Amino acid sequence: MKKTEKSLSQISSRKSFLDKTEPYLWVSPTIVLLIMLMVVPVYLVFSYTFKDNVILNQNPLFIGFRNYQTIISDPNFLIAIKNTSIFTGGSVVSHLLIGLLFASILNSELLSSLTKAVFRVIFILPWLFTVAVIAIVCRMLLNPYGVINYFVTVLNLSDDPIPFLSNESTALLSVTFINIWAGYPFYMISLLAGLQSVPKDLYEAAIVDGAAIFQRFRNVTLPHLKPLIIGMSILDVIWTSQQFAIIWMTTGGGPLVATEMLGTYTYKLAFSSFQFSLAATSAVFLFFISILLAFVYNYSQRDHKS
Amino acid sequence: MIVQSKAGKRLKKSSLIIGAMMGSIFAAFPAFWMLISSLKPNGEMFLFPPSILSENSSFAAYQSIFDSPEKIRYFVNSYLIAFSVASLTLLIAILAAYALSRYQFAGKRLLNTVIVTLQSIPAITLMIPYFALIVKFGLFDTYQGLILSHVVFTLPYAIIMLTGYFNTLPRELDEAVKIDAGGSMTLLWRILVPISTPGIISVGIYSFMISWNEFLFALTLTKSNSMRTVPIGIQLLMGQHSYEWNEMMAMSILGTLPIAILFLFFQRYFIGGLTSGAVKT
Repeated sequence: MKKTEKSLSQISSRKSFLDKTEPYLWVSPTIVLLIMLMVVPVYLVFSYTFKDNVILNQNPLFIGFRNYQTIISDPNFLIAIKNTSIFTGGSVVSHLLIGLLFASILNSELLSSLTKAVFRVIFILPWLFTVAVIAIVCRMLLNPYGVINYFVTVLNLSDDPIPFLSNESTALLSVTFINIWAGYPFYMISLLAGLQSVPKDLYEAAIVDGAAIFQRFRNVTLPHLKPLIIGMSILDVIWTSQQFAIIWMTTGGGPLVATEMLGTYTYKLAFSSFQFSLAATSAVFLFFISILLAFVYNYSQRDHKS
Repeated sequence: MIVQSKAGKRLKKSSLIIGAMMGSIFAAFPAFWMLISSLKPNGEMFLFPPSILSENSSFAAYQSIFDSPEKIRYFVNSYLIAFSVASLTLLIAILAAYALSRYQFAGKRLLNTVIVTLQSIPAITLMIPYFALIVKFGLFDTYQGLILSHVVFTLPYAIIMLTGYFNTLPRELDEAVKIDAGGSMTLLWRILVPISTPGIISVGIYSFMISWNEFLFALTLTKSNSMRTVPIGIQLLMGQHSYEWNEMMAMSILGTLPIAILFLFFQRYFIGGLTSGAVKT
């Protein structure tokens, strides 16, 4: 009797030891990867900002905040911030409006489900293209001799073809438009899921009350979608302010600095002028913006759950 | 009254369809133009008025891509890297999600917070230290270097998503397996993973797409032509002295094909993977 009790307690203590160590075993690959590929690099990038030219220089000197002073006083950095803000603001607002419009069409009870399925596939198309493809197609479409300029001349909108991407006054607008086209499907799909989850009886009550379609939208739909819209907009600001590939492959930040953004500005500092310390400093600015927004996002989502 | 509302309904319906048609032009015109341009001879690319289909249309541009070992290599690289990223992500994320879903352990909250926050670190911030580290460890211009750098972007989302999925599976399953004297790995691989197939497909497709589309690291962490992926290959075509627009368009179509096929077959999982990030978390 005593013997069995003892062995039982042995088994259970062995079991509880396993229970305690096992989870660490399962998360250890994750932890190793996250330390190697996230924690160490983030530490490194911060340490670079306090040194004179790293990577090229074997023994870089500690120079305090001088890199930060250099970056802040660089007029191109300020232009990059301005352009990034216009690009991000324009993209996020348009993504939301187009996404909402298309999602409402796809949620309409007036259309048959087959019609809606067809339009859904068409509307989602931009999402299937990788950024390199989007960039190259838009360069072809927006070419001075391209098909869009054909419509511009036929419709008499301009006497001469417009070199959309190589003209200082149209380049920023054009890359923003490209990014709007590339990014709205994410909103559309998420908002469609949101619209489908609006309780039907809320609408019926609103119809009984004689609410017009816009009132219904403002008083029933919008409040219901609000947490989703806030969450998606914050995520979109994070993603769009980091955008590099679309700009790099359409205008490269040019002409001159007309479409210079934080992404292209940082990339050029690193791989065109090989000033890795300054590039790290600019990258750290972007890091702080994103992390700050991530906290806002987490806070907003927590708020809406409780 | 009834007749009037019927007519009103029909009017509403037709204006809705007209709106949807206009939206379709906005959404699909670039794709349509890409497709017909890939079939045109290069000399007819920028005609005024533009031609839709010329009598000289052919698959010559596709043929010249298939005839070029260099361009085939871009595709091989992209497939290889994206498959490796998806498999590696799934393997690591399933183990981590299992621990996070089924065990209580010290540091769990911290790990969760770190994973969620890491998602928003900009790629461009990591680019500079990665370049330094990867050169230092001799991984510059290798598959391993690129695969590892891609996993950073797929792993946090994969863990969050799969932990959520495992959390929805009843704990009674665990007890049943334990009564049958099965270990925790039996439970995970024989029971939880098979039931979670839809979630695992979503995460796998998501990871494949992230890697297939990735541009910045593919640009900075590889150098030789034989290591380049499709997005970089397309960019390299753009930089050449003569613009072979029809070839660039054919390359774009071929580069979109895997994603389009995945989408057609797994539409539900695609959209599931896309929305659960925004709706549920």
